[in-house]
Amino acid sequence: MNTEHYKVIEPSSGWKMVDFKELWRYKDLLYFLTLRGIKARYAQSILGVSWAIIQPLFTTVVFTLVFGGLAKVDSDGMPYILFSYLALWPWNYFSGTLTESANSLIQNANMITKVYFPRMVLPLSALLSKMLDFTIAFVVVIFMLIYFKQVPGWGVLFTPFLIIQLLMCSLGIGMFLSALAVKYRDVKHALTFLVQLLLYAAPVVYSTSAVPAVYQKFYILNPMVGVIEGFRAAFLNRPMPWDWIWPGTIVAVVVFVFGMMYFRKMERTFADVA
Amino acid sequence: MSKPVIKVQNLSKRYRLGLKEKQAETLAGQISQVIRSPWENLKKLRKLSRFDQEDESVFWALKDVSFEVKEGEVLGIIGKNGAGKSTLLKILSQITEPTSGKIEIHGRVASLLEVGTGFHPELSGRENIYMNGTILGMTRREIDSKLEEIIDFSGIEKFIDTPVKFYSSGMKVRLGFSVAAHLDPEILIIDEVLAVGDYEFQKKCLGKMEDVSKNQGRTVLFVSHSMSAVQTLCSSTIMLENGKIVVTGPTDKIIKRYLGAGSPDNFFELKNGDVLGEGSRKISLKSVFFSSDLNQQVPVCSGLDLFITLNLELNENIFNRGERVDLRIDNQLGQRLLWLSTKVENQLDLRSGKLVFKVPNCPLVPDEYVLTVYIHDGIEVSHWLPAVTTFKVENSKYFSNGLQIPPGQTNIIYPFEIIQ
Repeated sequence: MNTEHYKVIEPSSGWKMVDFKELWRYKDLLYFLTLRGIKARYAQSILGVSWAIIQPLFTTVVFTLVFGGLAKVDSDGMPYILFSYLALWPWNYFSGTLTESANSLIQNANMITKVYFPRMVLPLSALLSKMLDFTIAFVVVIFMLIYFKQVPGWGVLFTPFLIIQLLMCSLGIGMFLSALAVKYRDVKHALTFLVQLLLYAAPVVYSTSAVPAVYQKFYILNPMVGVIEGFRAAFLNRPMPWDWIWPGTIVAVVVFVFGMMYFRKMERTFADVA
Repeated sequence: MSKPVIKVQNLSKRYRLGLKEKQAETLAGQISQVIRSPWENLKKLRKLSRFDQEDESVFWALKDVSFEVKEGEVLGIIGKNGAGKSTLLKILSQITEPTSGKIEIHGRVASLLEVGTGFHPELSGRENIYMNGTILGMTRREIDSKLEEIIDFSGIEKFIDTPVKFYSSGMKVRLGFSVAAHLDPEILIIDEVLAVGDYEFQKKCLGKMEDVSKNQGRTVLFVSHSMSAVQTLCSSTIMLENGKIVVTGPTDKIIKRYLGAGSPDNFFELKNGDVLGEGSRKISLKSVFFSSDLNQQVPVCSGLDLFITLNLELNENIFNRGERVDLRIDNQLGQRLLWLSTKVENQLDLRSGKLVFKVPNCPLVPDEYVLTVYIHDGIEVSHWLPAVTTFKVENSKYFSNGLQIPPGQTNIIYPFEIIQ
């Protein structure tokens, strides 16, 4: 008789805590799902992981031509290409994680209906597999800084903190949407243009100084505003704009906790409606 | 040794069926339906997992099921399609929650509802072993230590570093089962997975499972349509019908009861909307009848000719690309006795929708037999109905002096003479 692995299966209701112990037991699954995500994404492609550089770089070039060149958007005195790449780099990671994690449950519906495992592993692996792209895209930052003879400031020490804020925000929304998408497939259709629209709600192509003062108190609630402004300040050696960062941090934490709780609450119906 | 490791109490599970939509008949009605449809869709989707009001779309897949499984026991679960077998296994493996009731489990559970879950076509066989293994709950270290054995068992060493998308479906199954066979749980839950793969490999898997249950004292829950597999592996069996346990007891008795529950009148028809069997249904079975006369339905008798007439439904114009119809006849213990196949003919013309097999001087002794129908359209399985119906063979005055075949003396009959 095994008392160590005793378990009771019963109907549950209401909100549930995240079972971190169980998640830890499934860390190997998380590892291989992440690996699968990366390998599958670049399988049978000539340029492979270079796409992680090409995508943001070309977008930056186009933005520089259109917004920096034609529309003459103010970039607070920074070279526009650097200004926009330092925003697109975290932004791509944000939108990529958001999209991948939101779709992760539907894409793996066959697994959900056949095997038990902590479902949270799926959005988490989406986030981790995107991390590779993020790291590779960093190479371009280094080259740009060298080219523009720009020495980053002490602020770069805070970038891990900004990345965590970014992750909490994208994973929080991603988990919420993925749980919703299992039942309502509309999410998938809405997500594509939602991500496009969100781009303009963050200072990617323009500078925060372009936002009218009256709207600023709402604007700073967007966690990506602080992340992007923080990245720019850190790598271009300017004072860290804490006033722009901390409101977003609070929002990111709230979004993250809510997304996780909602995911847990809906988890029990995944296999029935997927 | 005989304490229950699984205790299921009053387990119920409710689902909601999709209801047929009402079609508006006027143009104005249809337009207003289109406008209203998002709202209707929302209501329908919300209802999928809410059960505030009971109505006709609520369906109980399981209702008040209680049983116990003792340590080391191998329990078979049988029942027709839709009886609730898979739902039961899904709840036991924690994939879905019960609506009410309680299950207590002592021990590590591994469940195998599908072979090769999580396989990714772009990854190599080796990588997919890790993928599938970790999904089934193994750790990386466990897989590392068993990797050689797993590859060996699968018998596809040569292709282990090839992406799985280049594998044949049989190879994928082999690989998936090899991983599963090396799981090391105390309780193993298996659904139908033996129904795939070639015969040799099936036998190998059955052998492995027997070894696991008999020699290693593992507790196994086994759902299958293969009566012979249930017979070989399971000491006791549960029979489900419409979400309830009809009867439980020693396997022999239950299987007899299950097969007897078919249609004894030697005629079987699939009703409209019946979802029996698997396959693409490009060619599907409509009805089958057994008779000793080609033109009319008379009882089937030992020693007389046996005519099996199939009526098929041809849903697509696919002819002469190697269609094939197989009939397999088993006795009630699930042992295969006869195999009749159109494979013996080079040209098969199904255009009439009717196919008649003749077995001259039927060698089956008086008893009930189980028919399996397998239809292949040349490219994929079109309709496969394992143990779809039973038919009865009656006794006859087989011998020239009027003697009937003595019961229990023989399993087949064949003409003989006394020459000296």
